Amino acid sequence: MKVSTVAAMAALLASTAMVAQAETLRWARSGDALTLDPHAQNEGPTHTIRHQMYEPLIIRDVTGAFEPALATDWAPKEGDPNVWVFNLREGVKFHDGADFTAEDVVFSFERAKQDNSDMKELIGSITEVRAVDDFTIEMVTDGPNPILPSNLTNLFIMDKGWTEANNTVNVQDFEGGEITFATTNANGTGPYVLTSREPDVKTVMTRNEDYWGRDQFPMEVSEIVYTPIQNAATRVAALLSGEIDFLQDMPVQDLSRVAEADGLAVKTAPQNRVIFFGMNQGADDIEADNIDGANPLADVRVRQAMSMAINRDAIKQVVMRGQSEPAGMIAPPFVNGWTADMDGESGTDIDAAKGLMADAGYADGFSIRLDCPNDRYVNDEAICQAAVGMLGQIGVTVNLDAKPKAQHFPLITDGKTDFYMLGWGVPTYDSEYIFNFLVHGREADIGTWNGTGFDNDDLDAKIASLASNTDLDARNADIASIWRVVQDEQLYIPIHHQVLNWAMTDAVGIDVDPEDQPKVKYFTMN
Amino acid sequence: MLAYLIRRIGQSALVLLIVGLVAFAMFRFVGDPIDNMLGQERTQEDIDRLRGQLGLDQPFAVQYFRFLENAAQGNFGVSYRQGRPVSDILLERAPATLELAAVSGFLAIAMGIALGVFTAIRRNGFTANFIMSASLIGVSLPTFLIGILLIYIFSVELGWLPSFGRGETVRIGNWTTGFLTETGLKALVLPSITLGLYQMTLIMRLVRSEMLEVLRQDYIRFARARGLRDRVVNFRHALKNTMMPVITVIGLQLGSIIAFAIITETVFQWPGVGLLFINAIQFVDIPVMAAYLMLISVMFVGINLIVDILYFLIDPRLRADRAGAH
Repeated sequence: MKVSTVAAMAALLASTAMVAQAETLRWARSGDALTLDPHAQNEGPTHTIRHQMYEPLIIRDVTGAFEPALATDWAPKEGDPNVWVFNLREGVKFHDGADFTAEDVVFSFERAKQDNSDMKELIGSITEVRAVDDFTIEMVTDGPNPILPSNLTNLFIMDKGWTEANNTVNVQDFEGGEITFATTNANGTGPYVLTSREPDVKTVMTRNEDYWGRDQFPMEVSEIVYTPIQNAATRVAALLSGEIDFLQDMPVQDLSRVAEADGLAVKTAPQNRVIFFGMNQGADDIEADNIDGANPLADVRVRQAMSMAINRDAIKQVVMRGQSEPAGMIAPPFVNGWTADMDGESGTDIDAAKGLMADAGYADGFSIRLDCPNDRYVNDEAICQAAVGMLGQIGVTVNLDAKPKAQHFPLITDGKTDFYMLGWGVPTYDSEYIFNFLVHGREADIGTWNGTGFDNDDLDAKIASLASNTDLDARNADIASIWRVVQDEQLYIPIHHQVLNWAMTDAVGIDVDPEDQPKVKYFTMN
Repeated sequence: MLAYLIRRIGQSALVLLIVGLVAFAMFRFVGDPIDNMLGQERTQEDIDRLRGQLGLDQPFAVQYFRFLENAAQGNFGVSYRQGRPVSDILLERAPATLELAAVSGFLAIAMGIALGVFTAIRRNGFTANFIMSASLIGVSLPTFLIGILLIYIFSVELGWLPSFGRGETVRIGNWTTGFLTETGLKALVLPSITLGLYQMTLIMRLVRSEMLEVLRQDYIRFARARGLRDRVVNFRHALKNTMMPVITVIGLQLGSIIAFAIITETVFQWPGVGLLFINAIQFVDIPVMAAYLMLISVMFVGINLIVDILYFLIDPRLRADRAGAH
């Protein structure tokens, strides 16, 4: 009798242990992937979903550092700085059982260079990808490219055979509304396999038991159920009511409520995004102000005064409820070229700011329009409202014009704003990316987001040389000197680094990824 | 008759064309879709290429004409956000909205008439007065607030009902239904109450006032004088005569249930056409916005047209007047 009870207990325990191993992660965020085609869209939430099923050669781990994925190691070729050599992982299989070889890498890079590919800009410097043997490839670039690996962390590898068999060799023509086999199906080497998908409604993935890293990573989640929930209040309610285990895009105003709730936790980390104001210093006269025939923003003293008037700590405490890190430079802290000294260079000093305004001849101030998005960054409009009051203290009367992002960003790219808010993330983790888009003078394919009118030929030449400088010490010295100019010119008014919040039940164990890219293979569940 | 019909149909078509024109004139103020479609690494060349490819460099009248031309052939274009044909997306989303609208419409009509009759018969009772006061909440509180309130009480605090989504659905041909699974039915409860509450209180108040009006009529007094039972008087004679104006209003409100679903669907993440439309506005997904607006206006214009024709058929005075004028 007793023995049978014990046996029954043991059986029960065994069965509950079995049940405990089947861990479902119910995951929600505000948006959904736009497509599953690995090369059709270069967009955050779309990459997030792909990362569970497909793999690039290299990924970034939760600290932002490189980690080998389908490549085991990589280095520039000895004696030829124009070539990178990648050794590939052996014994990897795609979800359909096909073997992963160099042929698939060559094929995927060719596919990603097609016209319809949204990833082609990132690998624009690659002229040829060749297979040396089954597990070695060489990438030839149009000049030395020291930071090539940074551009490959979202470049997913497809199986050549599967892609050809399903007539999906061509990248989906997204704008043309094409639907291919690859937009609704997935066959990667990744840790999770697609089970079902309804766009904008639900995506289900199950664990790939044959994954090459099955024993190397926790991989404790056996099934992922991903649901986009757009309304912020509903998203939080779903977490509080226990319908969701893991939540991205956590609204700031509900943070304390979720953190105090039983069984829930909020984890926080600095995000790879800095928020700042841009000022049009290049024009002789600007339209958005009340000064005729002169541009007050052209005077560096005015720009410095405006920066000094911004009380970043107040914005952090009042507007962001502590969820930001005041910034003194427009580079997120992970980026090569960021220094704590320069990031601390912004201080608030109203008296000194007034003095600078008087020196510049604007003791009575001036009025100007500030263009601001209201649905792009965390509390973007509220930050601008706070800035209006702060700039008013030094006589700068700001008329705030807040709009949806779809109306705001064209103002910057079309040069129709003189004072604007912008946020910037750096996917390559290198300052060159920032300089190319925000500091280099505006031309057709470079400096596209530089709305300041700043255009310095010497500096542009220095920025251009960064791309092919393989002497990393000299390159870093150049980066530092370019930053010095940006800081001294007060090209932008940095506000803060955004902080990223992920909310989860106590059972879920994961650290916040600075790129907001959760990779479920790192998750633990208990 | 035929002339009247043709004139009404012509007017309806004109209304549709004008709605479309106004919509297209306004899309430019929603923003520039190009910015959402290309990543931050895009160049001016990419922007120009895509703008040309989508025809966005054309004046809005030309864009509108192209839309009409394609729409007449059943082609509503391709969603900028999802990269799939709009008609496919709409068909895929329609069952969710129609099921939600059907359930909340049914709730609104059944509860509205029942409560309306009750409050009319027990005009001075405590319960009736309480219901009347409570119905003010239904009329005056905005839908999204009611939805969030219900989520807070029944999902977060009590944990009885899901706060978002449709639950599990069953696919029958091209139709997905939530009626056949337990989670699907549970998921319907809160959204349909949220969506139907306004209509319910409206119908209830209308039924009540019409019924009070009818109950004062002579034939009701005579019926009572004849000694007919209350139930017969109230339901066979009074209610029947109350229903004519009520049915008209219900017909017109059907359209607004589907149109109002936008807010309810956003609050409950209900995967219907209303949520699709909100997404489209944020992304400046012009083809989806255009198709949705045209669909909704076709629906409203169609309902009005049918009501007009029904009046013409039902009311002999309309016909007699017109016959006399000739």
